[in-house]
Amino acid sequence: MNAVDAQPRSAAGEERALDLEALYRDSHVGEVIERLDRELVGLAPVKGRIRDIAALLLIDKLRHAVGLSSGAPALHMSFTGNPGTGKTTVAVRMAEILHRLGYVRKGHLVAVTRDDLVGQYIGHTAPKTREVLKRAMGGVLFIDEAYYLYRPENERDYGQEAIEILLQVMENQRDDLVVILAGYKDRMETFFRSNPGMSSRIAHHIDFPDYTPGELITIAHLMLKQMQYRLSPEADAALREYIGKRRALPHFANARSIRNALDRSRLRQASRLFERRGGSIERQDLETLEAADIRASRVFLQPPGGEGPS
Amino acid sequence: MRITQGAFSFLPDLTDAQILKQIEYGLANGWAISVEYTDDPHPRNTYWEMFGIPMFDIRDAAGVMSEVNACRRTFPSHYIKVNAFDSARGRESVRLSFIVNRPAEEPGYALVRQEGPGRTIHYTTRAYATERPEGARY
Repeated sequence: MNAVDAQPRSAAGEERALDLEALYRDSHVGEVIERLDRELVGLAPVKGRIRDIAALLLIDKLRHAVGLSSGAPALHMSFTGNPGTGKTTVAVRMAEILHRLGYVRKGHLVAVTRDDLVGQYIGHTAPKTREVLKRAMGGVLFIDEAYYLYRPENERDYGQEAIEILLQVMENQRDDLVVILAGYKDRMETFFRSNPGMSSRIAHHIDFPDYTPGELITIAHLMLKQMQYRLSPEADAALREYIGKRRALPHFANARSIRNALDRSRLRQASRLFERRGGSIERQDLETLEAADIRASRVFLQPPGGEGPS
Repeated sequence: MRITQGAFSFLPDLTDAQILKQIEYGLANGWAISVEYTDDPHPRNTYWEMFGIPMFDIRDAAGVMSEVNACRRTFPSHYIKVNAFDSARGRESVRLSFIVNRPAEEPGYALVRQEGPGRTIHYTTRAYATERPEGARY
């Protein structure tokens, strides 16, 4: 084997090295990954996995090109993590990466939940699920909170039917669409345990970690920049304190909680400015959030561990 | 007698790969694809039965093809055609229509003569298939 192989290696090896570079450039996958790096804060393990997958797919294509057996790679994935950790955003990027590499033809993302797949009466589920699958062909089907498909407490639940159709398509039409399941980690694990067929068809399990307070601050600044707002230095300190307190409260949804908090601050800023409508308002007033806008949050009123954040 | 309606009907039957490409072409133009079937081959039979509603939100030909195949499974020996509807303002009509499935045997048409007043003759055609009731024709 080795002796036969060794002969043409020098010439062909060089050519292949060039090929990989060209393929990488032509696919423009680098740009997507770079943008992922730039626009998404933190999430180091997720980005690492996505880079690994992209590399695997590129190498697979190259193997195919030189005639090595590669077999269609399994691409179905599961994204687990707490709410607001960027699962949907990453799924959109993933669709783009797969499209650039030619593993899905269109690269669009169809996001659905249980309601879109499962019907209300006998015979309703199959057409509904097929309809969604038809729409997702050539792209990525993103099933949010996939564990709701399976309700063990009700054995006549139609979710099982949807799962069976999904499994069939995931197996037989691997070229046509990629399925990404998403949800909380522990509940997804229960779901996979009770649906071993589903678990074995999913090649990549990616876990999204929670954001650290520092990352949340960076995210907040990124969001504010997009909305064209600024924080005054005192407001910045208030926001840091807010994040510390809010993280300890229940129903904390990472980046989504931050977005909501900022939206509410904008609301307070607006009514604060409206109060003094007699005086003059400058451009700077319009774009600056003050500490008072953030400190008015109910999070600051409650003792730590209290219920019902605002 | 092989009936010739719609595009490509003088060519040999399209293969699935060719059908996929035609559908892809329609989708690339933003047309909505629909599937229709009938077992009355008369050329004036314009309104065929719809197999499901037109697919306005499908992005990829594989989705349409699954619908075509579902129709073929349900009506293996009917005529099935694929229509591409262009909803652009001012156009609003079918841009492409071609047959994707036909019965194994097409018996053709009889020429019917009707004697009118003053010994005039009116000619018309009638498909042999329509002698039997709908659903039992092929």
